[in-house]
Formats: sequence, C-alpha cells, structure tokens
Amino acid sequence: MSRQSLSKAHKKITELSWDPTFATPADRFATDYRFDKAPKKDPLKQVLRSYFPMEEEKDNRVYGAMDGAIRGNMFRQVQQRWMEWQKLFLSIIPFPEISAARAMPMAIGAVPNPQLHNGLAVQMIDEVRHSTIQMNLKRLYMNHYIDPAGFDISEKAFANCYAGTIGRQFGEGFITGDAITAANVYLTLVAETAFTNTLFVAMPAEAAANGDYLLPTVFHSVQSDESRHISNGYSILLMALADEDNRQLLERDLRYAWWNNHCVVDAAIGTFIEYGSKDRRKDRDSYAEMWRRWIYDDYYRSYLMPLEKYGLKIPHDLVEQAWHRIWNQGYVHKVAQFFATGWPVNFWRIDGMTDDDFEWFESKYPGWYAEYGAWWEAYNRLRHPGANKPIAFEDVGYQYPHRCWTCMVPCLIRQDMVVDKVDGQWRTYCSETCAWTDTTAFRPEYEGRATPSMGRLTGRREWETCYHGQDLADIVKDLGYVRDDGKTLVPQPHLDLDDPKKLWTLDDVRGNTFLSPNVTLNEMSDQERAEHIADYRGRSNVTPSMS
Amino acid sequence: MTDTTTAPGTAPRTPRSFPTPHFTDAEAGALVFPSSGSRSFSYYTPQKMRASMYEDVTFDVQPDPERHLLQGWIYGFADGTAGYPQDWTRLRATDWHRFRDPNEEWEQTIYRNNANVVRQIQQNLANARKADAYQQWTPTWTHFVEHHVGAWMHAEQGLGMHVFVAIQRSAPTNMINNALAVNGTHKLRFAQDLALYNLDIEEQLPGFDGTAHIAAWQQDPAWQGVRETVERLTAVEDWAQAAFAANLVFEPLVGELFRSHLVMQIAARNGDFTTPSVIGAGEGDYDRDLRWTRALFELLLTDEQFADANRQVAAGWLETWLPRALDAARRLQPLWSQADEKPVRFEDSLDRAKDRLVRLLDGLGLSAPALHGTPEGDRS
Repeated sequence: MSRQSLSKAHKKITELSWDPTFATPADRFATDYRFDKAPKKDPLKQVLRSYFPMEEEKDNRVYGAMDGAIRGNMFRQVQQRWMEWQKLFLSIIPFPEISAARAMPMAIGAVPNPQLHNGLAVQMIDEVRHSTIQMNLKRLYMNHYIDPAGFDISEKAFANCYAGTIGRQFGEGFITGDAITAANVYLTLVAETAFTNTLFVAMPAEAAANGDYLLPTVFHSVQSDESRHISNGYSILLMALADEDNRQLLERDLRYAWWNNHCVVDAAIGTFIEYGSKDRRKDRDSYAEMWRRWIYDDYYRSYLMPLEKYGLKIPHDLVEQAWHRIWNQGYVHKVAQFFATGWPVNFWRIDGMTDDDFEWFESKYPGWYAEYGAWWEAYNRLRHPGANKPIAFEDVGYQYPHRCWTCMVPCLIRQDMVVDKVDGQWRTYCSETCAWTDTTAFRPEYEGRATPSMGRLTGRREWETCYHGQDLADIVKDLGYVRDDGKTLVPQPHLDLDDPKKLWTLDDVRGNTFLSPNVTLNEMSDQERAEHIADYRGRSNVTPSMS
Repeated sequence: MTDTTTAPGTAPRTPRSFPTPHFTDAEAGALVFPSSGSRSFSYYTPQKMRASMYEDVTFDVQPDPERHLLQGWIYGFADGTAGYPQDWTRLRATDWHRFRDPNEEWEQTIYRNNANVVRQIQQNLANARKADAYQQWTPTWTHFVEHHVGAWMHAEQGLGMHVFVAIQRSAPTNMINNALAVNGTHKLRFAQDLALYNLDIEEQLPGFDGTAHIAAWQQDPAWQGVRETVERLTAVEDWAQAAFAANLVFEPLVGELFRSHLVMQIAARNGDFTTPSVIGAGEGDYDRDLRWTRALFELLLTDEQFADANRQVAAGWLETWLPRALDAARRLQPLWSQADEKPVRFEDSLDRAKDRLVRLLDGLGLSAPALHGTPEGDRS
C-alpha cells in the first residue's frame, strides 16, 4: 500500500467510531488521570488491511529461520551456559507479552481518542503474537537442545520460582492498578520504550555470539513491532500533559516505573548477558556499556530529557542512581551471585566462572576479581555433590540476603537497605525508592491528594516465607524441580551431564533447613533487630580468598 | 577473533571483531541422562493424547493461584482484587482451564487467516474496478450500499473495540482471553474492510456518498435499534454476558439477519457481485467466532457443579437481550423494501434467523421463549 493510500485509508477508518447516545462502554478500570482537556494525538498510522499480510510475512521469515536452524544443526554450536539461562528468560517473557495485550483495554477505556484506540487494538494483536511466538521458540529449544529439563516445566516453574515472581512484576505491573500508571507509564513509556532495547536488541546479539541465532530471529521480529507501541505510549503521554493535574501523577509514576524496571530488568538481563555468555572478547560491550548506549543515551537523553520542555520533572536522580548501581556498586554481579547461591531452587543449571571469565570481568569492571573472584572459585569447588552441601549452606563468607519487599530482588547493595515497619510488619527494601514505592506511591493518597485508583502491592512477597523452616529436599520436590528418575535435580551448579555422580539428587540436598530472612527479622526483639540490621549493612559479604 | 584482511588498493581496514564459533555438541540426544528425553510441556494435561501447538503456546501463560502460582498475585487493584478474578462474571466453572478454542488460534493462525481474508477482498475489489462493476449498479442499489452496507461497519467496530477487545482482559484463563482477543480482531478487521470498501467505491463511482453511512448509523430510524443494542452491549460489565449476548443473541438475530438473510440474498439480483464477497468475509469470521463461543458455553452450561446455576443466569441474560435484539431486527425491516429487486421477504428472513437462533440455543440446552411472544416495539 502506498503512503498516500495508507493516509487515505487511515483517514477513512476514523469514520468508524461515533459518540454513543444510548449507553457508554463499561468503565472497568479506573484511573486518577484526567483527559478532559486533552487534544487528540494520532499514533503511528496502521490499517489492518496492510498489517496482517505484513505480519504474516514477518512470521514466514521467522519460521523459515527456525526450519533452517534445525536443518543446519544449530544446537551443535550453542553454548549450554547461554541456553540454560534461556530456561529462566523464556519462562518469564511470554507473560509480560500477553499482559501487554490485556493492558490495552485499560488504556482504551481511560483515553478518549478513537484513533489511538485503533493503534492500541493493533498492539493487542501484536502482543498475542509475541507471547505465542516466544512460547514456540521455547518449545523448539525443548525439543532440540541437549537438556530439556526446565523447559519442560516452564510455565509451572515461572509461577513458583522466586525468579519468576521477580519477573512477573514486568507483566502484572502492566495490568493492575491505575489504568494509566499500569498500561501507559509502566508498560509503554518505560518498559517498552526503554528496556525492550536491552531485552530484545542487546540480548539477542549476545545470543548470536553464543551460537544461537534463533533468539535474534524471533526477538528482532518482535522488536520491529515495538516502534508502533512506543508511538501509542507517546500519544497518551502528550494527551496527559495537557492537564496540569496529571503532572504530579506522571512524575510519581515515572519514578516508580523507572526504578522498578531498573531493579527487575537490569537484574535479569544483566545477568543473562554477563554471566550467560562464553564470548569473552575484550572489545565486545559489557552490559554496562550496552546500558549506557541503549538506556542512558538512547532513552534517557533522547526521549526522557526532551520531555522537560513540557514542564515535566524527569527522574534524573534515579537514572544516575541506576547507573551508579550498575557501574560502581556491582548490581548485576551481585544479582548473578545470588542466583548462583540459590541454585538448588532454580530450574536451570548455572555454569561456574572460569579464568577466562575472570580476566574478562576484571578488564570490564576493574576490581571485580577482588570482590567476586573467590566466591566463584568456591562455587566451582563445591559444584559436585558428595563431599559438601550446596554453597548456600556452606560457610564461604556469604550471608544469604534479605529480599526487597517492593521489587523482590534481594537487598544486595547492603549499605542501602531500608528497614521499616509497614502495615504492621517489618519489611526490608533494597533502596529508598523501593521503600517509597510501597509506603508512599502505592497508596490511596499521594502528597495530600486522593489517589483512589492507585494499585496495591499484594501477595506473599517474600518467596522464602513460603518455605520457612522446611528441608531443602522437600522444597525442591514441592516445586517440582526433579528430573524424570524421581531423584536427580533439574538445577545443577555446573554443566557436567556426562557423569551421573556429578549430578545432585534429592538425597544430596536433604538435611538443610531453609529459613526466611523476613520471618526471622519479624521474630527478633527490637534490640536484636537493630543489631542485625547494623551488621547486615556493614558486612562486606565478600568471600575471603583461599590463597 | 579479529579479521584484518584488506582489499587490494584500499586503506587498511579497522580490525573487525567477531565471536569464534565453537562446536559444543549440545543437540538433543548427544547424551543420555535423567530427563534427557523429557520433550513435552509436563505442567498441564492436553485435551487429547498429544498436546497441540496451540495448547503448548497458550496454556498456563496466564498464571492462576489455583494452579501453580505459589506467591499469589503481586499487584492488586485499589479494592484488593488482583489478577484475573473469577467473579468478573456471574457464571461459575468447576475448572475454567478446561476450555480450549476449537479454532486453536495462535499467532500463525491469526495472521494466515486474516491475511488470506484481506488478500481475497483486495483481489475481488481489484477485479471489480477492472470490470467497472460499480458503474453497473442502479441508483437504488448504490443508495443501499452507501447507507446500509456502510452502516454495518459501525456495528462491527463497536462490538470489536468496546465489547471483545474490552473484555479480553477479564476472563480467568489465557485460552478464553485469547479467543476473545481474536474475536475482537475479526470484528475490527471486518469493520475496516467495510470502511475501505466504502472508500474504494467512493473513488470509483461518481456520486457515491462515502459519508452517508455515518448519518444512516446515527439517525436513520431503521438503524437506531441496532445502534442502541450495540451500545448497550458495550456497557455490560460481565465479560461472559457480553460475549454471550453478542455472539449467541445479537449475531444470529441481527448480524446474520442483515448479512446472510438480506445482503447476501439480494446483492447479486441487484447486479452487485462485490458486496457479497466483502460481507462473506464477515460471515466467515462469525462462523469461526461462533465455534469458540459454543465450546465455551457448552462447557459452562453443562458444568458438573454449576450447570443449573449457570443455566439460570444465561436464561436471565436471554430475557434481557432477546427482546432488545429482536426489536433491533424488526426495526431493520424497511431495508427489505429498498432495493429494486426484492427476492426475500423480511418475515422469511427473520424466521430463518429465529430458527437458527433456536437451534443454536437448543444445542446449549437453552430455550428462547421471547422469540415466540408478541413482538414488542415493532416499529415497522
């Protein structure tokens, strides 16, 4: 379809809507934002007559590549270290995608703009596409990769693993609470516009470097739909800015959404890229370098900062703070270390770091070895069963962390941990901003203003609470992370599949009692708690070198 | 690895850096170990012996605290509800997850099906243009197409955007919500098909009023019953009621009445071979949409625990929606006398629509008493 005829067609389809007089659409999802004064902004033009054949063609290319990968024995070249992390990533990502589809009626109901409604409805279909195409990719991995365990329990594991719950915010956050906070600010303005760059562009590049060219094939095809979604989000933002009363809410939501996306996405994608790769060329970008390019320059400087001309306060401090955590405070490294510490309750295997990895990390993040090297050496030393317990139950100088009540990533930058009694319970937060999210933002009143539509943080937010006081073997069994012989664990702290004696079984992990840091914290006296918190914040948590 | 090769006669190139391929032998079957042959999703039970692609890519993607969701929903609405509450409809199910879409919709089926439809329509319209087909229409038929075929686009748009797209956030399982999303997609595509068909005629046929459909939809008394019913359908909060009333009452009684029992019957006799090909796409959509709708409501109305209660609720919905839809259908009656060639009578068309509805409801164990009563609001 030519550009001219597309414009004409788009103009024509604007005739489809009308102002109802007998009844108005059900008001299912509330928002505190107001759009009464908003001029209508058009998103990117899209007509279904051209959309369907275009997407079908994109699909054909993806499925052609999938056939080619199988015929070309791609799995002879994929790195197991990489593929194992895909068990986690691909368990999570189809849910955010389908949640984005489900978020569209929330935005449609909140924003009175029929042109935009069309754009949002097309986005809904895109998101159904993304969710199912990603599930299909996972299915292909399960069928053709050497170790299907973990892929085969994927959606169950997503629903009961602590890591799945962290990832689930990037999904539930799109569909719950204030309709604009969820479906516009969190989903589109931050998650899609900023963080899909690292998810769907940076990570696939790393996949290709690890022998997997199907992840790039699928995710670049997905990413090619995102520009339309970004356009939808921007249109809503401009409409929201027309009403002065919305600014306070926008500023609140940008702070929450930015920080939560940073906590969650950087934790996961940073770990996959840095610790899932075998590509240790010194001139390949680290996650921090990718972040600087894709998030700091392309999003923050080119997208967020220009919004200041509309008088919107941009969370400069939080952007800088996120960068500080990634670059100076080892956020990604600490998260990876935590994932590896908790390996028995994962549903994927985690390869240990080797000398080549140490050298690369040291060159990219000077000082890395001094802080993390000895721990990874201990991880390797303790990777096989028989003579030792899982590393979390051995004394390697690493204290199991408290979990952040808000973002659910543990409080790994220990000096920044905030502790507060909220709603009658002692809670720990990884940062001031996560504490603010729970105590201030997700409340029915914000800075003296009623915010009756704002959502709530709910659920059993500390995963460890679910299994407090239980034996590790019983926990793993309850989670269902056991292989088809009924005893060997799905997770392993290594990639050695060649010798059954190297594989951990339920018997190998039995006898270790699992404790919830939050339950324990709440059981302490005030003095014990104060001492514990001071010790937690002050402890380096660095494993001493064996040499 | 770096590559410093330089083409003859050119300046030395900056060394390129690229990863080295490694042969890892990480393909299926390379080793035998526990679970090395576990190559199917084991967390759900497929409907048949072997899981379908559709089930694999759809089932359990939307989690459920009643299945595997250990920590529960982690975000809530202000009133404390979270996730996908089952009480967003009055219907109850012993197990919502038993529903499977007989169309087995996932991305490839969605795009293949809809791309085929738009290609078919565009090809038909190209042929019509080549044959100057619109120029053969009588002024009476032209008026019928610009007003009445045009007016129908709004019904599709309203149902697509504000009924089906709107409720695909609301059902308790991914399987149901995806079926609703695809249904909404059909409606929106068909609405646009009709709008762009209208534009095509406007560009080809001098004197064709491409905006007449707006006034017809908003002011023509014959269409006000349809518009009212569509608008009332958009206002329904209960997602299952909205789907039930739209696909099991409005569509057979009003949608098929207009599309199948009027336009498809009279267009050819009035020298029009293109309109049926466009309207036929909508008929195909509805066949598809009806399949999932019947499958869902058959399940709910025969539920081992809640069948009786659900049938009562559905009967109540019929009491509300049958008179409305019947009234809307009857108010369309003037359309049957507007074309030059009138091969069908309104009452015959309505009887066919009613028969179809009765069979449909009968298949679900429901009856439609309102259909046999004295027609109220007969404004014809």
